[in-house]
Formats: sequence, C-alpha cells, structure tokens
Amino acid sequence: MSIETTNSSAGEVKPEFWRWQENCWADESKDWRSAKVITVGIDVGSVSSQCVIVADGELYAYNSMRTGNNSPDSAANAFKGVELKTGLTLDDVHMVVGTGYGRVNVPFSHKAITEIACHARGANYMGGNSVRTILDMGGQDCKAIHCDDKGKVTNFLMNDKCAAGTGRGMEVISDLMQIPIAEIGARSFDVEEEPDAVSSICVVFAKSEALGLLKAGWSKNKVVAAYCQAMAERVVSLLERIGVEEGFFITGGIAKNPGVVKRIEKILGIQAVSTKIDSQIAGALGAALFAQTLVQKQGPCKPVALAA
Amino acid sequence: MIANYGYKDGSGEYYISIDTDKCISCEAGRACLTACPKGMFESMVDDYDDEVVCIKAEFRRNLAYDCAGCKPSTGRAALPCMTACTPAAIKHSW
Amino acid sequence: MITAGIDMGSRSVKVVLVEDAHVDGAPKLKYIVRKTHFMFPGDLDADVAADKAFDTILESAGLNRSQVDAVYATGAGRKMVNFATDSVTEMSAGAKGAAYFYPSARTIVDVGAEEGRGIKADGDGKAIDFAGNEKCAAGAGSFAETMSRALQLSLKEFGEASLRSDKSIPMNAQCTVFAESEVVSLIHSATPKEDIAKAVLDAVASRVCAMVRRVGIEEDVVLIGGMVHNPGFVSSLKNAMGVEQIKLPDIPEYVSALGCALLAAEAKN
Repeated sequence: MSIETTNSSAGEVKPEFWRWQENCWADESKDWRSAKVITVGIDVGSVSSQCVIVADGELYAYNSMRTGNNSPDSAANAFKGVELKTGLTLDDVHMVVGTGYGRVNVPFSHKAITEIACHARGANYMGGNSVRTILDMGGQDCKAIHCDDKGKVTNFLMNDKCAAGTGRGMEVISDLMQIPIAEIGARSFDVEEEPDAVSSICVVFAKSEALGLLKAGWSKNKVVAAYCQAMAERVVSLLERIGVEEGFFITGGIAKNPGVVKRIEKILGIQAVSTKIDSQIAGALGAALFAQTLVQKQGPCKPVALAA
Repeated sequence: MIANYGYKDGSGEYYISIDTDKCISCEAGRACLTACPKGMFESMVDDYDDEVVCIKAEFRRNLAYDCAGCKPSTGRAALPCMTACTPAAIKHSW
Repeated sequence: MITAGIDMGSRSVKVVLVEDAHVDGAPKLKYIVRKTHFMFPGDLDADVAADKAFDTILESAGLNRSQVDAVYATGAGRKMVNFATDSVTEMSAGAKGAAYFYPSARTIVDVGAEEGRGIKADGDGKAIDFAGNEKCAAGAGSFAETMSRALQLSLKEFGEASLRSDKSIPMNAQCTVFAESEVVSLIHSATPKEDIAKAVLDAVASRVCAMVRRVGIEEDVVLIGGMVHNPGFVSSLKNAMGVEQIKLPDIPEYVSALGCALLAAEAKN
C-alpha cells in the first residue's frame, strides 16, 4: 500500500518553501493489542489532517499530514498512515470522533465534535490540568480558548475570516522571502537589532510592505523578524479579547515556529507550558479522548468502513 | 461558556458574544431567532449537550457587513438582537 | 490665485493645481493634473514622493512654489506632506471634489486600492456623515487586483470579462488570501473566467455597499477612486445598491485632490 504524502507533480522545479514536515509516530513501548479501549480522533483541518490513536486513555500513535483536495480521502489517508505503522485496523477500534474544518466529512467517524472543544481537551492532556489558556494557530484560523481543570471550554473565539495570524499568512511570507518555513524562526533571531513589527495587519498589505522593506535595503532576516513580531502582536490582541490566565498553552503548526512563540511569550510576559508531543495533534488527540469517555459511558461502537 | 463569534481583521474587531450560561435556560423564548432582521441566530446543541443559540456559520466571517443595517453611522438605535435577549446574553464588540 | 491639492494615497500621490477658482457662483476653473506613483515605503519615502510629485506638476505648469497660494493635503499619508499649509480629511475632500462635477451628489462612494468608504454630502459639497472600511484588502480594489492576477487578466480585461457573465457565484472566503485559493479551485473546476470575475466584483461591491448603507443611500450617487475604471465593478455596485444610475467623474482618482485644492481656494477667499 502506498500513501500519498505530497501533491507535487513530477518535474516540478519551483521549490515550495512553505512545505512543512509530515510526521507519523507510535509509542514503541506499548502494544495496542493489550489495550481494553482503543479510540481514534481525526482532525481534518483546512491545511493539515491528523489521526490520533488513544489506548486506555493514553496517547499511543499519531499521523500528521497535509490535507489533500478532498476531506474524506485526507481522513482515510491519515488513518492509513497509522495502520501501516502499527498494524491496527478500524475493526480493532471502539469509536472514532471527527473534528476540525472537515469533521462532517470523515466517512468512518461515529460523532463530530467542534475543534474548540477538542483542542481544549487535547491541551488539557498535553499540558496537564493546570492549562487555562490555549492559543491554537492553525493553517487557516486562529483560536483562543479558556478551559477549566477538566479541559472544558469556558470562553472561546475563533478567527477564520482573516489570514493574518494564521499559518497561511506565514506561508505567504515564507514563499515571498524564499525561506523554508521551518527556518523562519531561527532566521528571525539572526538580526543585529530587533525591528518594529510590520505595520499592516492584512497579509496582502503586509506583503507589499515587506517587499518595500527589502527594496529599502532590509535583510530578509530582518523582514522576517518584523513579520514574526507582527504575527505575535496580532495573536496576542486576539487573546486579549478573552484574557490570558497562567497555564498558557500553544497548539497548532505555528507552535513549532520559535520566531513567533518567543515573541508572544515576551509580549505577554508568560512562558508557554512546554510539551514533548507534536503541537499539531491537539485537536485529534482531544477528539480521541472524547471518544474514550463516550465508550466508557455508552460502550463501543461498531466499526464503519474506511471508504464512504 | 462565553462563545465569541466573529473576527478581527485589519479594519477592526467584530464579535458577537453569547453567554451560554444565560442562554441555556432562555427566559425570552429564544426571541433573538426572530428579532434579527437577517436571521443570523440559530439554535444548536453544543459539544457538552446543552441547547444554546449561536451565530449561523455563514455569517461569522461577515459581521461588519451583515450587521451594518442595524448600525447606521449616526443616530444608532438599540440593536434588535440585544433588545430581544432579556437575559442579556448577547453582546456586540463594536 | 493658484492653490494645490495633494492626495497621499497608500500607493500613489495625486496632485491637482487649481487656477482662478471662483468657488462661489459659476466656477471658471482651470485645473491641471499630474500624478506620481510610488510603492510605500519602498522606492520612495512618502514625503520625498510628495515633493517630487509637486515639483513635477509645477514644472509642467511653468510655475514655482512661491506662486502657489495654498497647498492642502488629504489621504492616509496627509501628515507626511511637509509643505502643506493645511490638511483635510478624505471625506471633506471627496465630498467637495464630487460636488464640483455633480452638484446634486448626495452619496459619494470612494473605492481606491486599499480602502472603500461611503460619504453622505449635503448638496453643498460638505460631508455630513461617513462610514468606511480600511486596512483590510477585502473591501477595496486590491481584492479585485489580486484575483485578476490569479486569472491572468489585466484589471481592464477582468472588469470587461465580468460584464459578459450573468451568473451569480457566491464567494465563501472573505479574506483576499483565502479567496485567492478559492479562485484557483474555481479555475481548476473549469468555471468560466467571466463568471469568476463577476463573482469577485460582486463580492467587493456587496461589501462596499454594506458600508455605504450605514450612511444611507440617497441619489445622486457618485463613484470616485480608481475602481471607476472597472466597468464590471460599476455594474455590480449598481446592482448591489439598487440605484438606477451611478455618476462617474472623468478623472475619478483625482477627485479628492481636486476637492482639496478647492477647499484651499475657498479658505483663501
């Protein structure tokens, strides 16, 4: 079986600076065959899709990949990655919960739960029950969430209207500057003097502003630093709408960009809670944890076939 | 739970906040559903199985424009949605 | 008497010189128009660009700075014009300039590259109310410009293409960046270019119209700013606003600069 992981056509010469690393992982110290309850969380985002396996309430495996043109296929491919790695099939799974932008398009899921609730639940697992404020910077949206010690949402906002402060906004700049997206963070600190933020919030205007700064003689690194700072200021202004409580946790792809994360921490004067788990899986992990609770309450569900 | 629907973009911050704790046991008979001239509110069951009101998804990215009719730049009257919601669960950020 | 109006837009400087302006009574007006383009803050700083644009127009008119009695500035960068005697808001300048062409103007719609706004005028060239949407590319010309690039059409072709469509395809994305991906997927699904062009211009027109509704729509409606050159947009806007006619001045980008120069002349009289 082969898994589609890229959509670049053969002979493509233009480097794709925005392309980030896909990732599949399983906890080798555990064996899913000895677990009593196995659940799956599928997060089909606009840009990335994740599949998380939780065995007896513990994270067991995950797969994170770029969302393809169609949500059902992306969900199935995300699961197939884990299947290939662990030998676990849908027949071994007691419940599947879908979340994210494409959650209603997960053909083999038993229930759909919003990404807000799932991110809070996932962050509660990843960062511990002292997590109160969650910032999720996704591919095409930005979420700010407050939750209680059980990971239940108490206040939230989601901005998916505007590309500023989202992964898409960062991809635009990485492409414009021709710097691979994974290097943006490090490059942004390689400047003699920290510049002021790019003044435009709008990505379209920030792009012309960035071009102007290059023409005016700024180094690429300095422009990237100014953009990272703008991004940090932007998401902090979203957080301020709900307020920031200690126990601050960042999820989503941009959590992997220290150029933005460190600047957010500096503005807020708060260190984000650290985790060893891939920040992009929070939503799918939360979905799988919701499924664990539901199985305990209602008993297991019958498996649904992978294809619709 | 406070649910904030809307966005912030370069032009400003546009959120309608719904305090779902006040909304669950609505004392106004869900009057907001009919009060909004654009019909932007709808009833739903949230992730914690409570029945509450939310802003329909198709309006969440367009509030600055969709609410413009109720918000003349001068001589603004009370907003129909906020007036209808006697438990005061609805707030506008702008 | 000679006065000047400078409109410092987000991307270009527009300068208008007005000579022998009889603002009261029948105006016997001579005006000369020049403009200078610059990328902000790239090629030139705003203050340098303003200087250059002003010198260019003076040179072509055979004048020097001391012969100009007053210089008024307007636009987002109006404070950057060091040699301006005074500055006025875009609303005042737009209302004044529009009234020069159409004294009956009551609603002025101003759509430039980076901002769209509605101005309510009193019929005497005075702005009495205003509503705008700034600093977001979705409500202005750059939205159309970005999409025309995605379709590989010039802005002119883009506007003309939209006139050939009678379809109404709703656009889901509001943000220019997200809408670009939506347009690309429309292209991939073999949607005709003219239908996509109309969808884009309808979207901008509906946003601009919602803003104008906040000040109330009263005829005559005058459209000023660079988007006047896009016949597809004018048609979409007419539909969105539900008016019979939208009046289009022949030098739409310079209306605010002209308004500025007229206000300067008025103050001197």
